[in-house]
Amino acid sequence: MKPYLRDFVPTSYDDIPKATAYEAGYLVTKNAGWRNARPVLDETKCIGCLNCYLYCPDGVIFREDSKIGIDYDFCKGCGICSKICKLKAIKMEAEK
Amino acid sequence: MAKKFLSGNEAFAYGVRLARPQVISAYPITPQTIVVEKLSEFVEDGSLNAEFIHVESEHSALSCAMGASSVGARAFTATSSQGLLYMAECLPYAAGGRFPIVMMNANRSTALPWNIYGDQRDSISQLDSGWIQAYACNAQEALDLALMSFYIAEHKDVSTPFMANLDGFVLTHTYEVVDVPTAEQADAFLPKYQTDNKMDLQKPRNLAFSAGPDTNTYFKYREHLGILNAYKIIDEAEERFAKIFGRRYTGLTESYRTEDADYILITLGSLSGLVREVVDELRKEGSRVGLLRLRYLRPFPNEEIAATVKNAKAVAVLEKDISFGNEGTVYTNVNSALQKAKLRIPSSDYIGGLGGRNISKEEIKIIFDELEQQQSTVKFLGIGGETNGN
Repeated sequence: MKPYLRDFVPTSYDDIPKATAYEAGYLVTKNAGWRNARPVLDETKCIGCLNCYLYCPDGVIFREDSKIGIDYDFCKGCGICSKICKLKAIKMEAEK
Repeated sequence: MAKKFLSGNEAFAYGVRLARPQVISAYPITPQTIVVEKLSEFVEDGSLNAEFIHVESEHSALSCAMGASSVGARAFTATSSQGLLYMAECLPYAAGGRFPIVMMNANRSTALPWNIYGDQRDSISQLDSGWIQAYACNAQEALDLALMSFYIAEHKDVSTPFMANLDGFVLTHTYEVVDVPTAEQADAFLPKYQTDNKMDLQKPRNLAFSAGPDTNTYFKYREHLGILNAYKIIDEAEERFAKIFGRRYTGLTESYRTEDADYILITLGSLSGLVREVVDELRKEGSRVGLLRLRYLRPFPNEEIAATVKNAKAVAVLEKDISFGNEGTVYTNVNSALQKAKLRIPSSDYIGGLGGRNISKEEIKIIFDELEQQQSTVKFLGIGGETNGN
């Protein structure tokens, strides 16, 4: 499951909560700006073993029905999923 | 109220017991050890119902206190010197998280060379960490500060951690007669800690997240406003304190014989007792001298300093710290206060007491003598040479 992104994103001083705390269960900002290579899944090779899900340090790999999804809003492009995939179903492609 | 013969550390521990913290996490370090030992005895004998957590380091001590505070508990820790520096990563964390933890810091020198005696380089190096910083001058004030610190830190307009500083050995280890209030009085003064800034199963919250370049300034500005709010809450706390305990403190500063003073010495902590005596002696000889004691360094008493010294011919700062490569940090701050108030008064800096070196009455008299020359210099006490190279 992808993390929820909050509909309302604070943009001004008045939007900021009093303490460093928001209502739980939401993320406020996307965080993938420094990724310079993105993992791309070849669905014809993937058998859904979820090894990449177990290894992903940022928890951005999720299962949607019987398919694997990658959350590019939070993937930092480390490439561990690509290295760990025994079927070579994930390729790193340079961000343009 | 009962009179007891207590050291500064013990007095502070009695004050903390009266504040009834729910969690105490600390690691012993000279010269703070006794406050931690005393509190552990209170927990052991049942006179304080708190979770006493022995941690493996100061970094853990403050992390643990943050954890306690983040579930809404009143939390206390204490440290000194190297311990405070080891904790340093967690200091802005607690301040930014708006966790109103109270910490006692026994002011002690920092290595190298290794030294266990008192100066104020430890806490002053952490002025920018977002904590309120107060400096007690005697054991009674230490106890009273322990009680008031929770009131000020936990006030909803402040929500800022509080560092109460006691001079190592000179204050932590010397004994005085101290009025110890009753539990009923303390309870009347200090309300229970209530906050929304906590983990709550009914209202789960996302604490300690990141805030990028777009919103980070807003959080830091709000944090700044919180510590500035302490300004008026300190006064509120002291007024409330006076009504219940009969002792009225004087806010961010305390001035002594400054009204008509030509020459004013600004200092902080227990040293002010000695300066006060020198002021009395010099006054008898006809010199118009006075003392301004800074009780708080954060928030900084800009306006109080300007108002007190505005008619003086010269001022000096006597401080137990040095920002290497520049000057004493208190001096930098005092000069900023003078500048903002458009006061053109000569100001000098005297750096003394490093590593616990004694500061004598004679040295303080020399400072007052030199003030008459109305210069702006930076000097190390006991070395003689001026240090502002330009």
